[in-house]
Amino acid sequence: MQTTFRLNGKTVHVTAEPTRTLLDWLREDRGLTGTKEGCNEGDCGACTVMVTDPAGQARALNACILFLPQLEGKSVRTVEGLAGPDGTLHPVQQAMIDHHGSQCGFCTPGFVMSMAVAHLDGKTDHDDQLAGNLCRCTGYAPIVRAAEAAASEPVPDWLAQAPDFTCPEISSGGRADGARGADSTPEGQRPDASKEAEVARPTSSDALATWYAAHPDATLVAGATDVGLWVTKGLRDLRPLAFLGHCNDLRAISVGEDEIRIGAMATMEELRNAVAPLHPSLGELLRRFASRQVRNAATLGGNIANGSPIGDAPPALIALGASLHLRMGDARRSLPLEAFFLDYGKQDRAPGEFVEAISIPRQPDTLRCYKLSKRFDQDISAVCGCFNLPIENGVIAGPRVAFGGMAATPKRAAHVEAALYGKPLSEATVEAALPAFAEDFTPISDMRASAEYRLTVAQNMLRRCLAETSGHATSVLELRP
Amino acid sequence: MSVAKPLPHDAARLHVTGQARYVDDIPTPRDSLHLAFGLSSIAAGQITSMELDAVRNAPGVVAVLTAKDLPAENDVSPAPTFHEELLSSGEVFYLGQPIFLVVATSHLAARRAARLGEVRYSETRPILTIDEALAADWRFEEGPRIYAKGDPDAAIAGAAHVVEGSMEIGGQEHFYLEGQAALALPQEGGDMVIHASSQHPTEIQHKVAEALGIPMHGVRVEVRRMGGGFGGKESQGNHLAVACAVAARATGRPCKMRYDRDDDMVITGKRHDFRISYRAGVDAEGRIAGIAFEHFCRCGWSLDLSLPVADRAMLHADNAYLLENVRITSHRLRTNTQSATAYRGFGGPQGMLGIERVMDHVAHVVGRDPLEVRRANFYAEAPSSEAGAGPSAPRSPQASPPEDISGQAKAGVPQTTPYHMEVTDFILGGMVERLAADGRYAARRQAVAAWNAENPVVKKGIGFNPVKFGISFTLTHLNQAGALVHVYTDGSIHLNHGGTEMGQGLFQKVAQVAASRFGVGLDHVKITATDTGKVPNTSATAASSGSDLNGMAVQAACDTIRDRLAGFVAERFQADPATVRFEGRAVHVGTEAIPFETVVLEAYQARISLSATGFYKTPDISWDRIRGTGRPFFYFAYGAAITEVAVDTLTGEYRILRTDILHDAGASLNPALDIGQIEGGYVQGAGWLTTEELVWNDKGRLMTHAPSTYKIPACSDRPAVFNVALWDAPNRADTIYRSKAVGEPPFMLGISAFLALSDAVAACGPGYPALDAPATPERVLAAIERVRA
Repeated sequence: MQTTFRLNGKTVHVTAEPTRTLLDWLREDRGLTGTKEGCNEGDCGACTVMVTDPAGQARALNACILFLPQLEGKSVRTVEGLAGPDGTLHPVQQAMIDHHGSQCGFCTPGFVMSMAVAHLDGKTDHDDQLAGNLCRCTGYAPIVRAAEAAASEPVPDWLAQAPDFTCPEISSGGRADGARGADSTPEGQRPDASKEAEVARPTSSDALATWYAAHPDATLVAGATDVGLWVTKGLRDLRPLAFLGHCNDLRAISVGEDEIRIGAMATMEELRNAVAPLHPSLGELLRRFASRQVRNAATLGGNIANGSPIGDAPPALIALGASLHLRMGDARRSLPLEAFFLDYGKQDRAPGEFVEAISIPRQPDTLRCYKLSKRFDQDISAVCGCFNLPIENGVIAGPRVAFGGMAATPKRAAHVEAALYGKPLSEATVEAALPAFAEDFTPISDMRASAEYRLTVAQNMLRRCLAETSGHATSVLELRP
Repeated sequence: MSVAKPLPHDAARLHVTGQARYVDDIPTPRDSLHLAFGLSSIAAGQITSMELDAVRNAPGVVAVLTAKDLPAENDVSPAPTFHEELLSSGEVFYLGQPIFLVVATSHLAARRAARLGEVRYSETRPILTIDEALAADWRFEEGPRIYAKGDPDAAIAGAAHVVEGSMEIGGQEHFYLEGQAALALPQEGGDMVIHASSQHPTEIQHKVAEALGIPMHGVRVEVRRMGGGFGGKESQGNHLAVACAVAARATGRPCKMRYDRDDDMVITGKRHDFRISYRAGVDAEGRIAGIAFEHFCRCGWSLDLSLPVADRAMLHADNAYLLENVRITSHRLRTNTQSATAYRGFGGPQGMLGIERVMDHVAHVVGRDPLEVRRANFYAEAPSSEAGAGPSAPRSPQASPPEDISGQAKAGVPQTTPYHMEVTDFILGGMVERLAADGRYAARRQAVAAWNAENPVVKKGIGFNPVKFGISFTLTHLNQAGALVHVYTDGSIHLNHGGTEMGQGLFQKVAQVAASRFGVGLDHVKITATDTGKVPNTSATAASSGSDLNGMAVQAACDTIRDRLAGFVAERFQADPATVRFEGRAVHVGTEAIPFETVVLEAYQARISLSATGFYKTPDISWDRIRGTGRPFFYFAYGAAITEVAVDTLTGEYRILRTDILHDAGASLNPALDIGQIEGGYVQGAGWLTTEELVWNDKGRLMTHAPSTYKIPACSDRPAVFNVALWDAPNRADTIYRSKAVGEPPFMLGISAFLALSDAVAACGPGYPALDAPATPERVLAAIERVRA
C-alpha cells in the first residue's frame, strides 16, 4: 500500500506492508534512528513523534504502534527535524541541556517531542503532557524544570511557520501526483498486488459500510493503540483490514439539547475535551486514560468495540445511560451500551457490523468515576467504578452503577443499584448496600489485583461517594504539602 | 579548573537532537543479519524433542542454531564456578530460557520464526518460591553464610523489649529504556569486533573468546554508551554478544541482536527478592542491645552474581547503626525463575531495608519518634578534621560539618561493623541535624498528627532514613582501573578508560579530571568509547566505582604526561619541575606562561612521548567473605531523606507529597550530575518499594513482562516538592579530588517513602503496619485493615 505524507518537511511516497510501523520504517529504511524503541507497545514514549493533520492540529503519537497508512496526508516531525535549519535548538531541547534533563539519553528524543508538542499548544500541565514518557534515570524532576523553563520561550519560527501543507498532494490527502519520490520502495519489494485489495482506506462511513459488508472478517484499524499490539507483540497478519482514519464523518462530536453524540472515530482526547465541562469526574477519569500519546490516537469506538473488561470508557458511559449505535451495510440499530458486552471477548456485534456512534442523554451531572490502578498515570484499571446517583426529594432516584475490572465485561451493578434505589445517600444506606456487591460481582485475581481487594475496593468506592459529601479530603491527588 | 563545575552531560546535545548513537543505531552493512531466541515455555524439566523445520523454513531465516551447533564453550555465566548455558543442551531451568537461536534477514523475521519451534518437554515441578526452595533445600553454597559479632542471643534475652517480625521484599526489573543489544562484526582471520550495550566489556570479550574458542586478543569490544544499565547490563548482555559472535562465525556476516521488551523482561535477571526476619532486644529508649537477622535471598536459577549480592545485603544489615551484638544468617536459595542479578545497590538496599524496618518497628513498640530512635543507635560521629593530603575540589566555606553531637562515642574503643571493620568516617549525626532543621521535621510531624486527627479518609505519614553505603567491590581484586591518554600535537587530548557510560555522567566527570590536570578547557578533551583494545582487563562499571577508579587512573595517566612536559619546560627555563603549573590553558614556569599547544608541539619536536597509560588500585582494603571479617570498603558514602506521603484509606492509593534529601558526594566532581544521580536514585528506589511489583504465576511465568503491567514511576509520581542538597564536604579517604561515589547510595533514600507509608498506615489504628514491599495500594490497604483489627 502506498502512503504519501510529509517527513520533516519533505514529501515522501512510501510503499510498504500495511502494518509496517512508522518506527520501524524510520529506523530501518530511513536511518532516522533518533526515534527510539523502548517497549514496542505504546507505553514508554521513547518513539514519540509529532504528527500534524491537514487542519494544522499537531499531536504527539507513539510511532511504534502507528502504521504507515495511518499517516496519509499528514505531516510527521521526528527529533531529527526539531531543531532549526541552521542547527539552532528548539527551546525545549536547549532547556533539557541547561537543566540536565538527560542522563542515559535514550528516552530523551521522545520526551523532547512530547515537550515540543505541549510547547506548541501552550500546555503547562507538564505531568499530564509527559505521563506517556517513561524515564528511568532522572526521576523526572529536571525534565519538568526544563519544560517549565521552556514554556516562556516563543514557538520557534521554523515550527510556527512550517509550510507543511502547501503541497497540493498533501493537503488533498490524495495521490494526484503520479510521480514517485526518491523514497519509494524499489520494485522488487512491492507487495503482492492481490493482497492490496485486502486493504482499504475508506473516506466515509458509507464507503466503510459497503466494504466491511463485503469483508466481514476484516480488522478495522482506528487508532491502532490496541490493534497495534496484535502486530508488534502478537506478530499477526491483520489482512483483510481497513484504516478508518479518513472516515471524517465518524469523528464528529455534537452536544445537543437532548444528547451528546460521539462519533466512533472521536479520539479519547477529543472525548475528554467535550465531556469534561459537562461531567468533570468523567473528564478526570479520561485525564488518566492511558497517556496523551495514546489518547491522541485511541478512539471511543475502539475502546468499546474491542470489548475489553478493563476499558475505562464503558463503565462511565453505562452509568450515564449511553446508547450504542451499530451499522451493517445500510442497516442500523441501537442498544443500551451495557447490552453490547455479552461475555469475555464476546460482543453483540455481527460480522460486518461496526460501531458508528455513542450517544449520552443530557442530564444534570451526578456522575462519580473512580479509577484504581497501581500507578496513577498511564496504567490500566484494576477496578474502575462509576456511580451516577441522582438525588430527588432527598433520595437516590434511578441509580446507575457500573464497573470495569470486576467481571469478564464492563458490567452494571444491578443489585447494588437496587439496594440504593429510593434511599437517602447515608451511611446506613451505603453500609446496607455493601453486601450487594458480592451478588453482582465475582472478580478474578491477576497481576493487577486480587479478587478480595477488587471487591473491597469496589465497596469502598461507594463509601467514597458518601465521604465526598462530608467535607473531608478524600483524594490524595488534591493534596499539597 | 573544570572539576567541581555543574557542567551538563557530555552528550547532552547529542541526546536532545537524537544523534547519540546506541548499539541499534549503528549503521550496519547491507548483508547484516538479525537474531532472536526461541524460549522455553516451561520452568523446569528436560527437553525431549525439538522440531525446528518450521523455523528454518520461515521467511527470511538464514540459520537456526542449537546447543550442539555451537563451536566451543556454551557458557555465558559471569561466575567461574558455574556453568550457564547460552542455549539449553537439554535441561530447562526457567520459563523464558533460551533454547535455540534464529538468524534471519530482519529483526521481525527472526522474532516471527522464533515462535514456530515445536519443543516437547518432560516437565518437572518447578521450585518457585522461597518456601519451596527451603523445603527442597535447593541453594547455592553448602549452607547459610553467617557473619556475627558479640553475643546476640544473650543480649536479646536480657533486653527490656523483644521486637520481632519478618518482611517480604520484592525484586525489581531494571527497565533500562534501551533494551539489551549487541552487534558482532566478523573480521579477517576469525577475529571478532563486538559493539555491546554492556557495563562489562571485558567480560563480553572473555565470554565471546571462549565461545569462539580463540584467545581474548582476537576479540575487541567497544561500548560508547548504554541507554541505562543499573546493574542489568553487568552480566545479562553476555547472551546477546555471544549469540551474535557465534552466528557471525557461522554465517560470515555481521549479526545484530536486540531483545524485544517482553523478551528482555522474560529472559533477563532482576533484583533479588528477599525475606528478612528479625529478632531484636532493645532498651526503653529503643537502643538495640542485640539483634539477629535471617536473610532469605531468592537467587533464581543460576549463580550469576548472587553470592556477592547476598554478601552485600549482610554488609548493610547495620546501615548507620552500631550493633554490638549481632548475627546475620544468609540463605542463598535457588529457584526456577530468571537468574537474579546485579541491580543498583547490589543487595545493599535489601539489607538496609531490613534494619530500617526494625527501627520503624522498635519506635512503634517503645513509642518514641522514629528519627530519635535511629539517632540513639547511630555510630559515633567521626571527629571533625581536615581532610588528609591530596587535591580537593573547591567548595563553599560554610559547608564544614558540625561537631560530634551523637554522644555515643566511647573513648578509646573502636566502633566496628558486624563484619569487624572500624567505622572512622561517620558523619550522619551532623547531616541529620541539618536535614531535620532544613526539612522542618519536628514541625511537620506535628502537622501530620494534627491532619490525621481531623481527617478520617486521607491520612498523612512522614518517614526518615539514613544511608551509609560501603564503597568498593567486595571482591578486592576488582578494585583496579586503567586509562589511556594521548595528547596530539595540536594540544587536543584523547581520553580513554575502562569505565562505561550508562547515563551517570562518568565520561564527563573523568574528562573534567583530565582537563583539570592539564589546565585546559573541556573543549580540548575528547572522550572516546570504552574499548578493550585500548584499556584491557577492566572491571565492570559497577559498585558506584566508576569515577573513583577511572578518575584516579586517568589522573595518573595525565600526570605522567604532565610530568614529562613539566620536566621539558623546566629544563628549558632552568626551573624546578615542581614549580611548573598547568592552568588557564597555559603552562606556567617562573613568570612565563606558554600556551599549552605550544608546549605540546615543542615537546613533540623534542621527541617526548605524549601518550601514557594510567593505573589505579584502591588502597587499604582486604576482605574474607567466608569469615566475614576485614575491611571490604575504602570508605562509606552517606545520605539522609525525609519523605511525607498521603494515603487514601479507602483504596490504599498514595502520593509522595514532599521529599527532603541531604546527600554526601564528598567534594563533588560535578554537583549537577551528582544531584541528577540523587533525584533519579531516590525515585527509582521509591518505585522499587511502591508500585514496581513482579508477579509470577504458579507455572513460573512472569506475568508482569512489559510496561503495561510492570509500573515504574511516571512523571507525576515524583515528589510534588523535591528538595535535594549536597553535604559537600571532602572525603576523608584519598579519592579523586576528595569526591565520593554517588551511583548507588541515593537509591536507598527511597526507603524513606516506604517508611512514610508505614507511618500513615500506623495512624489508622493501634497495630504495627508490618508492611511488605512493594507497598502497592493493595498491600497498603491490607496493612490498614491489619492495624485496625
